[in-house]
Amino acid sequence: MKVVLQNLTKKFPSRNKKEKTDVVAVSDFTFEIPDGKLIGLLGPSGCGKSTTLNLLSGLLKPTSGRIFFGDDDVTDLPAEHRGVGLVFQNYALYPHLTVLQNILFPLQNLKGDKKLSKPVMLEKAKEAARLVQIDGLLDRKPNELSGGQQQRVAIARALVKMPRILLLDEPLSNLDARLRLQTREEIRRIQHQTGITTVFVTHDQDEAMSISDLIVVMKEGVVQQIGKPQEVYDDPKNLFVAKFLGTPPINVLEGRVKGEKLYLGDQAVLSAPGLADQAVTVGIRPEGFLPQADGPLTCALSRVEVMGRDVSVVCTHPASQNPVIRAIISAETNVPTNTGSVSFRLKPEKVLVFSGESGERLPVTLA
Amino acid sequence: MERQSYKGWLYLLPAMLFLGAFLVYPLIDVFIYSFEEGYNSASQTYFGVGGYNYSYVLHDPYFLQALKNTFILVVITVPLSTLIALLISVGLSSIEKLRSLYQTVYFLPYVTNTLAVGLVFMILFRKTPYTDGFVNLVISWFGGKSVDFIDGPYWAKMFVLSFYTIWVVLPFKILILTSALASVRQDYYNAAKIDGTSKLRVFTRITLPMISPTLFYLIITGFIGAFKAYSDAVALFGTDLNAAQMNTIVGYVYDMLYGNGGGYPSYASAAAILLFAIVLTITCINLLVSKKYVHYE
Repeated sequence: MKVVLQNLTKKFPSRNKKEKTDVVAVSDFTFEIPDGKLIGLLGPSGCGKSTTLNLLSGLLKPTSGRIFFGDDDVTDLPAEHRGVGLVFQNYALYPHLTVLQNILFPLQNLKGDKKLSKPVMLEKAKEAARLVQIDGLLDRKPNELSGGQQQRVAIARALVKMPRILLLDEPLSNLDARLRLQTREEIRRIQHQTGITTVFVTHDQDEAMSISDLIVVMKEGVVQQIGKPQEVYDDPKNLFVAKFLGTPPINVLEGRVKGEKLYLGDQAVLSAPGLADQAVTVGIRPEGFLPQADGPLTCALSRVEVMGRDVSVVCTHPASQNPVIRAIISAETNVPTNTGSVSFRLKPEKVLVFSGESGERLPVTLA
Repeated sequence: MERQSYKGWLYLLPAMLFLGAFLVYPLIDVFIYSFEEGYNSASQTYFGVGGYNYSYVLHDPYFLQALKNTFILVVITVPLSTLIALLISVGLSSIEKLRSLYQTVYFLPYVTNTLAVGLVFMILFRKTPYTDGFVNLVISWFGGKSVDFIDGPYWAKMFVLSFYTIWVVLPFKILILTSALASVRQDYYNAAKIDGTSKLRVFTRITLPMISPTLFYLIITGFIGAFKAYSDAVALFGTDLNAAQMNTIVGYVYDMLYGNGGGYPSYASAAAILLFAIVLTITCINLLVSKKYVHYE
């Protein structure tokens, strides 16, 4: 099912009674979710991603704008008639019902000609349980399950009625790190297997990047960028998106363009053809550094952290906005640690130039 | 280790002393008195030991009347008050405007002076040379015959007593239930809404199980409270409850000790032990039944 959001806006009345200004949770969101894709809504807390999810589910009504499922305008349709499956952040499994009863619950709600016979319901519930691999736990109560198992039950409950779209609210935030990796693969597999258009919300960029077909980066209710994870990572529209994506985060330095050359401090690191002289903010991805004895960027070396597969070089530079600059280089490369400083050549495609004032990306091909 | 446990007992000592002196010792004493025939508290003498006190009490028409009254009161007021409190609490939880106003209104009886409440009930029900009471006034509007609720037929008096009891216990139950309802996580309701659950089903399959521990608590304390009823009957019908046919078990115990024909601690003890046995049995049944229906998270 294709999902279309048209100029979707949600305002909440301000709690402060003296100021009549509304809080804009989602502002003019227009986006088309292609059929059968997995979409990650990504942003820091308070950016409106959960509000967007609740607008899709029907638990909230938009202030303006329309929502379409396929060709149906569902904007005014209450949640119960939208046919969405929603997995809550804390799963919201009914604690007094067994796993099987929890999964059966949505089916037992069906009325009229959609009503199912008991054996059919049971079969469907068991099928959903098999899909998420919890068919051995059907008689347990939720509090007898681990976090990961509860998560699966919640997904099974959302899937059992074959929803038109599946919504996941921070699905992995209550799981430990190892389980998180495993479960996100699982979500990917289930989504592939069922082919249901799925939207999930997360503040963890790693999570969003790893399993989404498309990611939507939001900030303060405004969509910053929509695209395939790799594209958004390589080609962020502004400094916020660049900072938000990637671990370790991008290194941000104050720079300036003078005579079509990009300067960091006094060092001209790359040529910036076609760019007018101005103050800029420069983002360098950690993997964009190549140690080279006569490299143009020289930093004071703080320490070298060995992480097995690669090495993290921590150093400082006067132009850096952060206390330290972190460069990730392959473990085979030798970094001289005796001189107290380290010089790098920069990979042009890993260096992003933003306007110093607006933070917008400047169109330039560095060399 | 030894030293530790000695310390533990030391800390418990004050509470144990108080409980022992004012709870355990009297309890055992009452139990002993109940088997001592004709015990006299002044001379500390008795005639013999046996089950005579129980036999006397169980054959005393006043006790049987009190037993009947208490049971009727329990059977009527506990389910009704819990049900009404539940309905009002659910109503209070689902309105948004003026909620706190209504909550205050429903809670007012709890903080109102008992004498004031008695006065209100007098205006409502009592016949005086000048008026038949407000309820009779309403009855006469509909063409009914005036009823004497305080000195009249048994059912009328029982109605007033039940009405009064329910009205008195409601505020506390509403208070507890509204807070229980508020503590049910909104997520469950949202999940149910997404799944298109009907309102009735949400109530019976989600709300009720979620507040079942609180409901159970109210029912148990309701039973115990209703079995201990006494002061409400006195407030309505005066101290000579036997004459009014409105005595309760606790009233009977009191009368045996201090009433007009008082001075019978043995009978009072036997009646008290009988009440204890009844309450214990009912509470045990409650606990057994609750295992099946009460869900603790």
